[in-house]
Amino acid sequence: MAMITADPKDVPQVASFTFTPEYMAKVQELIAHYPPGRQASAVIGVLDLAQRQQGWLPRVAMNEVARILDMAPIRVYEIATFYTMFQLKPKGKYLLQVCTTTPCWLRGSEAVMKACQHAADGEIFSVQEVECLGGCVNAPVVQINDDFYEDLDEASMNKVLDAFRRGETPKPGPQVDRQTSAPEGGLTTLKGE
Amino acid sequence: MLGDKDRIFTNLYGVHDWRLAGARARGAWDNTKALIERGHDAIIDEMKKSGLRGRGGAGFPTGMKWSFMPKEVKDRPHYLVVNADESEPGTCKDRDIMRHDPHLLIEGCLIAGFAMRAHAGYIYVRGEFYNEAQHLIAAIKEAYDAGLLGKNACGSGWNFDLYVHRGAGAYICGEETALLESLEGKKGMPRLKPPFPAGAGLYGCPTTVNNVESIAVAPTILRRGAAWFAGIGRPNNTGTKLFCISGHVNKPCNVEEEMGIPLKELIERHCGGVRGGWDNLLAVIPGGASVPLLPKAICDTVLMDFDSLRDQKSGLGTAAVIVMDKSTDIVKAIARLSYFYKHESCGQCTPCREGTGWMWRVMERMVTGNARLEEIDALEDVTKQVEGHTICALGDAAAWPIQGLIRHFRPEMERRIRARTEKLAAE
Repeated sequence: MAMITADPKDVPQVASFTFTPEYMAKVQELIAHYPPGRQASAVIGVLDLAQRQQGWLPRVAMNEVARILDMAPIRVYEIATFYTMFQLKPKGKYLLQVCTTTPCWLRGSEAVMKACQHAADGEIFSVQEVECLGGCVNAPVVQINDDFYEDLDEASMNKVLDAFRRGETPKPGPQVDRQTSAPEGGLTTLKGE
Repeated sequence: MLGDKDRIFTNLYGVHDWRLAGARARGAWDNTKALIERGHDAIIDEMKKSGLRGRGGAGFPTGMKWSFMPKEVKDRPHYLVVNADESEPGTCKDRDIMRHDPHLLIEGCLIAGFAMRAHAGYIYVRGEFYNEAQHLIAAIKEAYDAGLLGKNACGSGWNFDLYVHRGAGAYICGEETALLESLEGKKGMPRLKPPFPAGAGLYGCPTTVNNVESIAVAPTILRRGAAWFAGIGRPNNTGTKLFCISGHVNKPCNVEEEMGIPLKELIERHCGGVRGGWDNLLAVIPGGASVPLLPKAICDTVLMDFDSLRDQKSGLGTAAVIVMDKSTDIVKAIARLSYFYKHESCGQCTPCREGTGWMWRVMERMVTGNARLEEIDALEDVTKQVEGHTICALGDAAAWPIQGLIRHFRPEMERRIRARTEKLAAE
């Protein structure tokens, strides 16, 4: 089993981390959601903000989060290594999170995964196998940064990747002609009759 | 068959405006003040009479759950927590509620919060649902701006604050006490019960955790009456339900249907049938990855509700129907679920931490037949030693799919083992 550690080897040295004023405002807004003295509740959200600002989570960022939330640093490292969305190493510009759990696998996630692995160069694209993303009726699903790309096959996956390479942002959601989670080819309910 | 007039989620597919104006046009937030003025106990009674059973998987009666909260607020505030950590493989219904009809959920939170005497609620949304959370946050802001939330919400005299709390990737946080730990800023490791959350939940205060769908249907139930909801479906299995049908059907989809709809009708009416026709069906997992699969012979006639599926030694779970046709490597399909549970075990209890890995490794050998026949019994025995011996139900959830496979597909597992043994002998 691979060790998940808050201080992995082979990562660039980051000397210091502070939130920009824009991010700090968001940090304060999150902390205000919880009762006084319960600011630790905001830890997932504040780590997420740190990751958005930095692109990944170096340990100095975790230390800064611990300082802001008045938590022991080890408690923050625990969170950063327990939850799978925290990236403890730098990633490419687009993180391809390919779901391969049974509902996606039944509909061809293996071919989609191959297309993503082929594209992953560590700079533009990084690829990760993830567990169920919760878009199963639109399987196979790949999450690219914050967006879900759905109803994929090898060809449409490559089209999406090519568009990103050209600097475009392809339209998220189903990559076939379909209204979100409705059956393809026309509604069977809610037809407005 | 359920008609559109009896559907609660009339913007399930996001065809219409999800914002406040659109939601109001569909009937949300219509005189919510009057619903609240009925009083705490009247609301809970109406929910009890509707027969609504929790939509998160366990099917516990929602009204009864609400009634477990203390009848008066003493030194500790009460909390409503909504479980939107939708992660059960096959399930993607709460996603549609949050992105396409968030106001149904928000109005439900106000009513449920009032009924259980809570002035604050948290909606715990799985981290991957970033865009869904943004819709929810925007809709909550609209509700505050319109006076529907906050001080004197809807002019009812009740103060109610509602917050979105995003997770960061952990299936286990769908377990209610793990969710509470996570909400407190800790690792999502389930708590021992008792104490139950209604006694000591979030920050040690009385708390009720409900699924998104359970909360989102509450306003409509109160408006249209418990009798209307209870008149749909079958006794003890009432109401409408969001089904998610994935896998080998021609048109996978989410759909709101009547509880107790025959599985075959659900698939043929809304999903264009099984790929290659009904006779090409191999098996169905009827309620999300955790419940045991059903072979075609049972699928021919089974009804989709809690009691019918329990009678077939499976369960309705989250009503996530995963369909597998005859091209499926059924052992591999279940082995992939075993990997899922190994990946998602929080590691707290030894039977689950060690057992999920052990079961997955044996399942991988079963895929290729690289096992001895008696290991099937050993595997089943281990599933029974994990089941019921852990703090939370993840251990059970890891055990049940394997038990279902052995129950219905043991000959296929034996065939693979024999074929490999014979092949090796011949070489």
